[in-house]
Amino acid sequence: MNSDVIDFASVAPAYPELLMAVGALVLVILGVAINKEKSVLISWLAVLLMAAAGLMLILNPADGVLFNGVFIADAFGRYMKLLVLGGAALSLILAMPNSEANGVHKFEYSILAVLATLGMMIMVSANDLMSLYIGLELQSLALYVMAAIKRDDKRASEAGLKYFVLGALSSGMLLYGASLVYGFTGHTNLTEIVGAIAMEGRSIGLVFGMVFLLAGVAFKISAVPFHMWTPDVYEGAPTPVTAFFAMAPKVAAMSLMIRLVMDTFQPISHDWQQVVIFLSIASMVLAAFAAIGQKSIKRLIAYSSIGHVGFALVGLSSGTQVGVEGVAIYMAIYVTMTAGLFACILSLRTEEGYVENIEDLAGAAQTRPFVAAVMAILMFSLIGMPPLAGFFAKWHVFLAAIEANLYVLSVIGVLASAVSAYYYLRVVKTMYFDEPKSTFIAVPNELNIILAVSVFLVVTYYFSVGSVLTNWAHIAAGSLF
Amino acid sequence: MTFENSILTIVTFLPLLGAALVLVTPKTAVNAIRWTALVTTLVTFALSLWIWAAFDASNTGFQFVVNYPWLGDSIGYRVGVDGISVLFVVLSALLMPFCILASWEAIDKRVKEYMLVFLILEVLMIGVFTTLDLAMFYVFFEGTLLPMFLIIGIWGGKRRIQASYKFFFYTFIGSVLMLLAIMAMYWNAGTTDISRLLTHQFPESMQIWLWLAFFASLAVKMPMWPFHRWLPEAHVEAPTAGSVILAAILLKLGGYGFLRFSLPMFPDASAQLSNFVFVLSVAAIIITSLVALVQTDIKKLIAYSSVAHMGFVTMGIFAGNALGIQGAMFQMLSHGLVSGALFLAVGVIYDRMHTRDIEAYGGLVERMPRYAFAFMVFTMANVGLPGTSGFVGEFLTMLGVFQVNTWVAFGAAFGVIFSAGYALWLYRRVVFGALTKDSLKGILDLDLREKIILYPLIVLIIVFGFYPSPILDTTAASVNNLVSHYATSIGLDPAVSLADARAPLEYAAPTGEAAPAAEHAAEPAAH
Repeated sequence: MNSDVIDFASVAPAYPELLMAVGALVLVILGVAINKEKSVLISWLAVLLMAAAGLMLILNPADGVLFNGVFIADAFGRYMKLLVLGGAALSLILAMPNSEANGVHKFEYSILAVLATLGMMIMVSANDLMSLYIGLELQSLALYVMAAIKRDDKRASEAGLKYFVLGALSSGMLLYGASLVYGFTGHTNLTEIVGAIAMEGRSIGLVFGMVFLLAGVAFKISAVPFHMWTPDVYEGAPTPVTAFFAMAPKVAAMSLMIRLVMDTFQPISHDWQQVVIFLSIASMVLAAFAAIGQKSIKRLIAYSSIGHVGFALVGLSSGTQVGVEGVAIYMAIYVTMTAGLFACILSLRTEEGYVENIEDLAGAAQTRPFVAAVMAILMFSLIGMPPLAGFFAKWHVFLAAIEANLYVLSVIGVLASAVSAYYYLRVVKTMYFDEPKSTFIAVPNELNIILAVSVFLVVTYYFSVGSVLTNWAHIAAGSLF
Repeated sequence: MTFENSILTIVTFLPLLGAALVLVTPKTAVNAIRWTALVTTLVTFALSLWIWAAFDASNTGFQFVVNYPWLGDSIGYRVGVDGISVLFVVLSALLMPFCILASWEAIDKRVKEYMLVFLILEVLMIGVFTTLDLAMFYVFFEGTLLPMFLIIGIWGGKRRIQASYKFFFYTFIGSVLMLLAIMAMYWNAGTTDISRLLTHQFPESMQIWLWLAFFASLAVKMPMWPFHRWLPEAHVEAPTAGSVILAAILLKLGGYGFLRFSLPMFPDASAQLSNFVFVLSVAAIIITSLVALVQTDIKKLIAYSSVAHMGFVTMGIFAGNALGIQGAMFQMLSHGLVSGALFLAVGVIYDRMHTRDIEAYGGLVERMPRYAFAFMVFTMANVGLPGTSGFVGEFLTMLGVFQVNTWVAFGAAFGVIFSAGYALWLYRRVVFGALTKDSLKGILDLDLREKIILYPLIVLIIVFGFYPSPILDTTAASVNNLVSHYATSIGLDPAVSLADARAPLEYAAPTGEAAPAAEHAAEPAAH
């Protein structure tokens, strides 16, 4: 087969990925060359690299299928890549203050983050079962190391190991599914698989393959019943690493899921819809109830993220363009809220270290009014209270579900969101209604900025970014249809 | 930017400007914060009066309309008022300055946050009534939960946390179902523009489900028996101003929702389920009145009486004729004034004695004659004494429902009797009797601030009792439009339902002429 890469200009759609790959290598060399104390410089360079890749996506949008059909660049991919890059860059900035206390003061951390992000971008652009797997594994391997980066800490090592073992299992399932799909359609290229299914129709082996593939991806987005690793890893890993896990990889895996079901398995939509609806309901309901008993903030956030994946899947299960649009908006708002939330957690430090339990937040509204206000607003937004951004996220996904006549799913979904309000409100209650117990030390500037930006976007969503974001999501979703 | 297309946006979001000012004021400058909040709410009120003055009461459609598409295809920025909503805007704006004044001294901790939350609450409340976008209606409607949750939870009484949770969950669970109904309406009608939805015909099988989903939310908000359990606790635990807003405005959101959505958009379902509403309304009127009789807490008693009075409103609305709906509108507005005034009056003695137990009071008239007079007017208005605004609403709703179902009117009449029972008994125990308790011997009568709060309300309650036309005239055209639309939709002759449309005015006119001229002057600019 002849290569479709003739000259450098012909790979223009993959420029951002190439930039990230080369950048990561340069950073490695820089990292070993300079003083170890200056890991923060590498972090900033990594953030710059991501920003440059993001700018490239915005300024030089190029559509196309490359490398003999394994790589696709389209509006949907660009939207999702921007989210991935944004999430990754934000979590790198979050990791900078007090990096020593968090155990992420090594220059390798930023480089691993860049590599993981590259993996995610490939996932988003994958148009072949092979490139899909390569992207996924590049991402996962980097994440395993990141989870265990605080080597001397027992809990972090445990988290890394757990993540690795379960992650390997899910990769195995995904590969098995891929092999079944290949076996029953004769293709690895996603576009050709669609054609093959359309020609030959549905077969039981194909459905099996599809279920295994989706199970592998469901693990990455931590949808129930593949969520077991999430609370443990979120709690055990250093907080900035948790922040990283909670944003970019979720977006990447979600966009992979969207591409698989909306594109590849479009002809057997009735089969995958059942799977997605099940994942969605299970995630929403389990997260809503399981989070009630949690004492640790990070475990609470873990369950909250499981629940939010469930809500995003509500949009996807409709299988319509409105649904994809909804998921795209949902993920953008989710990333914004999560960044703010982790900035809050990293801001609330006492003399003894980071706040870990919800009850330690008592009275934060009086000792740290700004952080507490931001956190309370984010909690309300996570519930889905209007007029905050979280409501509009839910609006779009449920709108799609109602259009597709998925009434039972919608009713279960909104009731689950009412139940989930209970645990979010508990945080607000602890901060605002209870009396202060501990004093917190001053908040670093980087975090203050992230807090302010995140809360500004969440509060003024309707007036500021809402209209633009909705348009972008509309264009992105349109490119899949 | 003309007056026509900007005034509603300005009135809705002006308090946000005040909130921004409060936000940048240092929190130690409490007086600056209080004055900022007060001035903002007063300006908002003045502007809302301007809207009322510029409002063309003979026009049945929406006025001051702005209509832009905004978030994708579904949500737009649409505002406008008609005869049903314009007075609620005025009422919300009217009560806010009183709330700020009532909290002037009573709230001494976290003043900045308090004023901030109140100003945001005002934006959301006015927004509910001015928006013409169904999705944005939900945004504002549900958004009011958030500040109210904080008001009860932070500045409330001893059992505030339980009360705030109860308040939140009752309303939230009801509302999410309405949200789904809103989405279903969007897909069926292809728009969230209320003015277009009002003329859209939903399939009959769908109407029942939509009606029930809206009912789940509105009945809790109203609150209708048996969904009222959150209300007494929320009222009791909330600070005075919180109770005022809750009783005077937030409860009206339910009634407004029934008038704006359930009746005109789902007429078939409303007609089919009106008996169901009647049963619940009469049950509310009788049962909660009886429950109010045995309360030992002043605020709880007033809270239960609110539920009973809201029973008249739902009864009037679903009578589906002009009298009933006019009565329901008037009852809501009057109850806004009266219940607000009652809670403010209770706040006056609560600030002095820090207890709401009826037992703890007695013989206040000896030390507080002015207070006793004010409280008497409010109590009489609550009872529905002719000559107070409370009478007009109750009377009209009962007239309206009498035409539809005599038994319902018969049952509701008990409420009138019981309300006299609990309200007068409360008044006797608190104000009359001998002043024997040592703790009360040094109690002081109203100071200037409290006079400023209570006296205007006395005037308004009496003026509208004798001369209800400013309100009834404003609502008449829109209500008639609603009634004829409803009657046509369910296959009745609209003329029959409208036959008595002028009756309330004919009834009111002689009394109005008999009223002293001074009261005509005191009445706000209506035309």
